[in-house]
Amino acid sequence: MSEDVVLRVADLHKSFGPNEVLKGIDLEVRRGERIAILGSSGSGKSTLLRCLNVLEMPSKGRLFLDGAAIGTQRPDGGTRYREAELNALRARVGMVFQQFNLFPHMTALENVMEGQVSVLSRKKAEARALALKHLAQVGLADKADAYPARLSGGQQQRVAIARALAMDPEVLLFDEPTSSLDPELVGEVLGVIRDLSESGRTMLLVTHELGFAYHFATRVLFLHEGAILEDGPPEQVLKSPREERTRRFLDRFTAFRI
Amino acid sequence: MAGGARAPGGHAMSLPELQFGEVFANIDLLLKACGLTLALWAIALAAGLGGGLLLGLARIAQRRWIAWPARAFVETFRNTPVLVQLIWFYYALPVVTGIQLPAFAAAALALSLNACAYCAEIYRGGIQAVPTGQWEAGRALGMGRLRLLRRIVLPLAVRRMVPAFTNRAVELAKNTSVASIVTVHELMYTARLFSSQNYLPLETFTVVAVIYFVLIYPFTLASYALERRFAASGA
Ligand SMILES: Nc1ncnc2c1ncn2[C@@H]1O[C@H](COP(=O)(O)OP(=O)(O)O)[C@@H](O)[C@H]1O
Ligand SMILES: [Mg+2]
Repeated sequence: MSEDVVLRVADLHKSFGPNEVLKGIDLEVRRGERIAILGSSGSGKSTLLRCLNVLEMPSKGRLFLDGAAIGTQRPDGGTRYREAELNALRARVGMVFQQFNLFPHMTALENVMEGQVSVLSRKKAEARALALKHLAQVGLADKADAYPARLSGGQQQRVAIARALAMDPEVLLFDEPTSSLDPELVGEVLGVIRDLSESGRTMLLVTHELGFAYHFATRVLFLHEGAILEDGPPEQVLKSPREERTRRFLDRFTAFRI
Repeated sequence: MAGGARAPGGHAMSLPELQFGEVFANIDLLLKACGLTLALWAIALAAGLGGGLLLGLARIAQRRWIAWPARAFVETFRNTPVLVQLIWFYYALPVVTGIQLPAFAAAALALSLNACAYCAEIYRGGIQAVPTGQWEAGRALGMGRLRLLRRIVLPLAVRRMVPAFTNRAVELAKNTSVASIVTVHELMYTARLFSSQNYLPLETFTVVAVIYFVLIYPFTLASYALERRFAASGA
């Protein structure tokens, strides 16, 4: 395994009851890669992302962060995860949700400080300074003392991005970060994510914004019924996909053009 | 009714002449008894808020061997009269275990456990009403279960639970009067004693109602203030 692989999953399966949602995913994420994940609704994109920081327990398969396997093998072939190990992993793999999920009883600043103080044990003053820096980075320095209820969807999502960034994660996961935003607010959030890509941070982004995926990503995956159907540079996957299904999926986005 | 003795003749609708003077002359008896009423209230409320949290968490535990006994406890105490619970602790406990609790301790214990059962259900409902997205956001930051509860879930849940807790606390304040059954000399016991000695039930219990009101109402006002403060903070 090459050294710059930061996150790897091998033969990842996930079932909900009888419903097998992920059917054996193998994926190596190299440091600095920006991967856009495409796929129809229900194809398992969110589930894949949530298995990468073990918000969902994989039913089968192993996860490796910086080459170290997460969990310990049980005699019956399954994997046992310890709570402390998972918490440590999640602190290193950040996540931005479709619904923002800001803590409503905390100001923007407190939201961005929370993980730093209670998980990373940073001093309050240090956490505050870093939080202000990250809020400035997402263009919200002036909203530090605002509660989430007072912020627009776009602003809330930018605070959520600052909250994830403040943990200084090795990998940042975005699950359709603009899908619950009014169209005129999508741009400001995508702008922040684009700016981040210049910092060289490793990111995985589930999105339906094909144009953004094309410019943002170094690599595009197409997920279909719980398997990776296509994996390549944006140029290739988006403009000359190998698979018929990928083509049909992409055609739906270009069916109506002005 | 004893008051009939001092309402001779007149027509049926007329009120007896009220003799509050007699009651006020002995008001210190009633006010002293407030101390025990307040003590019972404070003990049971503190136990309910503290023990209820643990019991509420046990109710939503994944493990059945934790959740089921907690549920059995809650259902037992919620679905039987508090009066009967008190009688168990005072009269039945010594028979079963050989431990005879003093009347006050038996009353405090029964009211506390009863409050725990009710508060557990308030905590359970409040915690379960916190959107799963909040748990997930905390977990995604790497927060452990306890820290998540303390920093995120409980602060959010408690905001919604304030009205329910207020309701329970007010109910509990009045329920302390059952302690009079096992001869705890709290407000209701003293009032019953006094009224039976002076044949002034109407006056005595009216004054007692006012005393309960004066004890309980500031608490209600405080809880309204708390609600307003939470509402102002946006969450
Ligand atoms: N917690 C869950 N319980 C049961 N089924 C689930 C759960 N989460 C997702 N699923 C199912 O898994 C499938 C894939 O869901 P998801 O990963 O959210 O797809 P996508 O994000 O690509 O739209 C869907 O059929 C969905 O109903
Ligand atoms: Mg999804």
